[in-house]
Amino acid sequence: MANRFWNEYQKKIADNHFYYERSCIRQTFFPGSETAFLRMLKEELGKDVFDDFRLHTCTGIGYHADVVPLDTTMTVVGRIFSLMTEKGYENFVPSCVTSFGIFTEMVHMWEEHPELLDKTRENLWKACGREFNIPKNIAHPSDLIYHFRFELKKLMKYSLVNRFTGKPLRVVEHIGCHYAKIFPDKGVGKAEFPYVLAGMIEAWGGEVVDYPERRHCCGFGFRQYIVQENRGYSISNTKKKLESMEPYEPDFIVTNCPGCTLFLDRWQYTIAEMENKTYDREGYGIPVLTYEEMAGLLLGYNPWELGLQIHQVQAERLLDKIGIPYDLKQKYNAASGKILRAPEKPENLLV
Amino acid sequence: MPDFGFSIKTARTENLDKVSLEKYRELLRKVPSFKRCFQCGCCSATCSAQQYTNFNIRKVHTSFRRGEYNLLSEELKKCMLCGKCTLLCPRGVNLRSLIMNMRQLLEEPVK
Repeated sequence: MANRFWNEYQKKIADNHFYYERSCIRQTFFPGSETAFLRMLKEELGKDVFDDFRLHTCTGIGYHADVVPLDTTMTVVGRIFSLMTEKGYENFVPSCVTSFGIFTEMVHMWEEHPELLDKTRENLWKACGREFNIPKNIAHPSDLIYHFRFELKKLMKYSLVNRFTGKPLRVVEHIGCHYAKIFPDKGVGKAEFPYVLAGMIEAWGGEVVDYPERRHCCGFGFRQYIVQENRGYSISNTKKKLESMEPYEPDFIVTNCPGCTLFLDRWQYTIAEMENKTYDREGYGIPVLTYEEMAGLLLGYNPWELGLQIHQVQAERLLDKIGIPYDLKQKYNAASGKILRAPEKPENLLV
Repeated sequence: MPDFGFSIKTARTENLDKVSLEKYRELLRKVPSFKRCFQCGCCSATCSAQQYTNFNIRKVHTSFRRGEYNLLSEELKKCMLCGKCTLLCPRGVNLRSLIMNMRQLLEEPVK
C-alpha cells in the first residue's frame, strides 16, 4: 500500500536521446558545470545528447520580471522546440531550473488552452517560418543525474565520506523553487518530498541534513534581487537559511538551481562584510556546489576544470575532507594555459 | 564596509499568543469604523505630517492592531490632526477619532 502511494511521487524520466538546452546564467556563474554534465552523459554513460549552439534565451528572467510579455515567451519557447524538432529529438533537457519552469508552464498552458498553442504556431510561422512539436519528455539535468545515480556511482573514484573521521559528509540540499513548486508533480518526490538531490547524496555516501528552514527560498526571488533597493529582502532570506543550518555544521550545500547556488554562495561574502559573520567554525563559509560539480568531483574530474575557483566560498577544505588531490598552482590558469590574475581576498571571509 | 545600497533586515516574527490585544479591542469598541480598514494606505499617502516627518499612520495603526505599542505614543505626537486622511479614507474610517483614542489608550496602563 505504502509503495503504491509512493509511486505517485515518482517522475517519468527518459533513458536516452536528449536535446540539451544550455542556460544563459549558468554558463557565466558556473562555467564548468554544463561541460561536466555533457561529459558525464556522453563519455561516462554513453548517452546521446545533442548540444545545440543555435539556442538562445528562454526569456525566463525577463518573463518573471514582467519585461517580456507572455505571447513573446510562448513564441520563443516555440522556436526552441522547433530547433529540437528539426534535429529529430523528443526528450528536452533544459539546463536551468527557471527554463525548466518556463517550458513546463508554457506546455501546461497550451494543454489547458489549445487556442494559445494555435496562436503561438501562427506567430512563429509568421516570424521565422518554423514549426514545432511539443517534447514527449521534459526533464531537468538533475533528474537525469538522479536517474543514473547508481550507474554513475560505479564509475566514481571518491564518495561523500570524510576521510579523516570515516563518517558521511553532512550535506545540505536545496531544490530550486521553479523545479518543484510551480508544478509539484513535475519534480521527483513532488513539492512535498523533493528527493532529486537527497537521492544523489544518499546514493553516493553522504548524509542529508534536515534543518528547520530546509524548504525556505534561497533568497533570489526575481523581484527581490533585480531592484537594488529590494535586495535587503533577498539577503535576509539567505541569512535566515544560513542561520538555520549553521548548528548542524554542514560540510557543503548542493543545489540544482543557478539562482540558489549563486545567492547562497555570494551572500555569504556580503553577510561577512556587513556583519562580520560566517557560518562555519573557522570563518571560511560553507561551500556551495552545483550537483554537476558534486558528481564531477566524485568522478575524479579536475576541480579547476569544474570551475570551483569561480565560487565565492572556496572548496579546498572540502576537497581535503574527501581526499581529492588539487594543484594550487593551476587554480587560476585559463583553458589556454595563460595564468590569470588571482582575485582580491575579502576582508572577513577567509579564502 | 563597502556600500551595497541595501541592508539586512531583522525578522519581524510576532507571536500573537504572547501579546496583549486588550487595548486594540478597546479601540474597536470606541471606533467601530476601524473594523472596516483594509490597509490600502490612502491615509499615509495623503498625510500632511508625513511630508515633514517619517510619520506613517498606516504603520502606526497596524502596529496597534498587533499589540506592538512600543514608541507609538511618540509617533502619534507627529500627527497634526488635520483630518485629510479621514476625508480620503475609502472605507469611511474615522481616523481622527482613531488617533485621539490611540493616544488616550496608550497612556492608560495595560489591564
